[in-house]
Amino acid sequence: MAPDTIKVGKHQIDAKEYLAPGHTFCTGCGEALAIRLACKAIGNDAIIAMATGCSEVCTSPLPVTSWQLPWLHTLFENAGAEISGIEAGLKAMMRKGKAPERDIKFVAMGGDGGTSDIGLQSLSGALERGHDFLYLCWDNEAYMNTGIQRSSATPYGASTTTAPAGKLSMGQSTQKKNLVEIFAAHGIPYVATASPSYPFDFINKVKKGVAIKGPAYIHVYAVCPTGWRTTSDRTIEIGKLATETGVFPLYEIEGGKYRINYEPKNLKPVEEYLKAQGRFRHLSPSEIAKIQEKVNEDFALLKERAERLPAG
Amino acid sequence: MSKRVVLEASHAVAEAVRMADVDIVAAYPITPQTHIPERLAEMVADGDLDAAYVPVESEHSAMSCVLGSAAVGARSFTTTASQGLVLMHEALYIASSHRYPIVMAICNRALSAPINIWCDHSDVMACRDTGWIQVFCQNNQESFDMTLWAFRVGEDPDVMFPVMVNLDGFILSHVTEPLILPDQDDVSRFIPEYHYRLALDPAKPTSHGCFGLPDIYTEVKYSQELALRKSRSVIDKGWKEFSNIFGREYKAVETYKAEGASTLLVTMGSLGETAKMVIDERRANGEAVGHLNLRLWRPFPFDEFRDAVKDVKTLAVLDRCYSFGGPGGPVASELRSALYNQETRPHVVGFIGGIGGREVDAQAFGYMIDRANEITEKGSDDLYEPLLVRGLESGTGVRG
Repeated sequence: MAPDTIKVGKHQIDAKEYLAPGHTFCTGCGEALAIRLACKAIGNDAIIAMATGCSEVCTSPLPVTSWQLPWLHTLFENAGAEISGIEAGLKAMMRKGKAPERDIKFVAMGGDGGTSDIGLQSLSGALERGHDFLYLCWDNEAYMNTGIQRSSATPYGASTTTAPAGKLSMGQSTQKKNLVEIFAAHGIPYVATASPSYPFDFINKVKKGVAIKGPAYIHVYAVCPTGWRTTSDRTIEIGKLATETGVFPLYEIEGGKYRINYEPKNLKPVEEYLKAQGRFRHLSPSEIAKIQEKVNEDFALLKERAERLPAG
Repeated sequence: MSKRVVLEASHAVAEAVRMADVDIVAAYPITPQTHIPERLAEMVADGDLDAAYVPVESEHSAMSCVLGSAAVGARSFTTTASQGLVLMHEALYIASSHRYPIVMAICNRALSAPINIWCDHSDVMACRDTGWIQVFCQNNQESFDMTLWAFRVGEDPDVMFPVMVNLDGFILSHVTEPLILPDQDDVSRFIPEYHYRLALDPAKPTSHGCFGLPDIYTEVKYSQELALRKSRSVIDKGWKEFSNIFGREYKAVETYKAEGASTLLVTMGSLGETAKMVIDERRANGEAVGHLNLRLWRPFPFDEFRDAVKDVKTLAVLDRCYSFGGPGGPVASELRSALYNQETRPHVVGFIGGIGGREVDAQAFGYMIDRANEITEKGSDDLYEPLLVRGLESGTGVRG
């Protein structure tokens, strides 16, 4: 039976809620929105493994749970290994007749800390071994669950509680780690960026990610009003600004070939994006100019790759 | 038909895992455990074992991988030693708290630093309180038998706990001995098919690994503690069934020539075999000495242990692990603690030796018996006595 759907223009979305109400995410949380949409794209017949973080805390306070899908959380750095065991174990049981044959979608999720820092090795191992799963990274650009500490995914110039702006510091002094290229370098069939500010693009990518045999990775932009010091009603808008300024371009790497999914005629000045958030409030015009230069450089590099290796 | 074979303990464990028909093996190589995953990988490659073999990128991922596979109800095995075991540490607690009956063979090895690949029990003792069922093997047959038994007991619906099977690195893992491999039908009878009723299943979604606030965490942990203690009856039942089918008898506390003994040597693991040789010699000389093998370490067999030593004057306990700055070796301190409130109790004399592969030979066990008897006679304030330390006069104890 086809699931009940909601029609939005030419798009159809699964009407079922897989993330039940009652969770304790902050108002305006981009990650909560992303999980809700991702699950609608994944649908039934899925098993979720989740790294420790905001999402695990906000969805599972014993004795209740928001999860309408089978869900496993154990530790911070092991979602890649966990989903490996879930996939390999269940497939072996199906082969041996110990579990019914079904097309199960295996999905692992983690924040930017659980993906770019502490869980990088575990995920790299799972991708390299070629397990059949989709990994979704919710990137809110810091350790938000523990109180806005910097991660290797925190962008240059952002003020966090462990890399604060101060008399001698302009906040994060390092460039954001490029997880998309790191995972693309594993030679896996599908890597993409996505944002809940572009919900249909996001949903389509998740559908593609779970349908593809072998590992897939989607890096999802997750606006965090609490950690980014914005108001909760601007989540979608700031997500859009990130893409319109070229800070977070939407693209796919399929079989090593690039496709930019949304390319504005002219990128908006990055200042518009930075000024909307308290975490960048301290930046001087010269620092903003530096960030603009880096965004231009990165976007040009992406376009150059997309021209050289087009996905068609 | 059972058959007599000659195998090293590593390969004996691999045979047991094959006969248990596991669904998944996840392992990372570390000396002296490597022969177990190598053999299992071969079996999978040759089609002798129908299982997923996941060559993970660390021991932390080995344990995490079997957490995942156990969550979907797959019969799951891993194996490690030393640094690998302590790297897994946080994941060990998840296995026992989620009540996943994972079986893990540990080829016991010293911990760094300095790096040392040889046998002692520092690795498993660091995991004492992780909530796993923990057993020790004295020889290769036992390594095979305990591995089979671990699946039978761990997966019992009244248990549902992970089990560590400890076999001494190199001394057992790499030494060939004759042993009996049972008939597959008997093994299948002993280990029934496993059905995990809370398995992650899209048809019946469950959430594993939820967040426990202070209003519920205490109750969760208390129930886990009660459940592990309650597993004792199934642990014993498992050995009884084992002996009914395979004819070899095992107990949580095993004594040798202990009748009428005033002194017992206490060991865990392979050194029990050497200790028993010494007991034979001493008994032949008319001395009232015996041996106690502590097979089950967790849940600790308090009743059996107290009963086994109630008429004994002296326990000479060998620990293969330091408890730095503590009351002595972990085994001797636990035995003391188990006896402290008893009306009559033997004097517990602790020795720490056999560390990082240092040999403990028959002469050393002889010394332990004599020295322990002397200390019971004369008394001593020493916490324990380190054995076979170069440059240290024997009889030099460590005081608090």
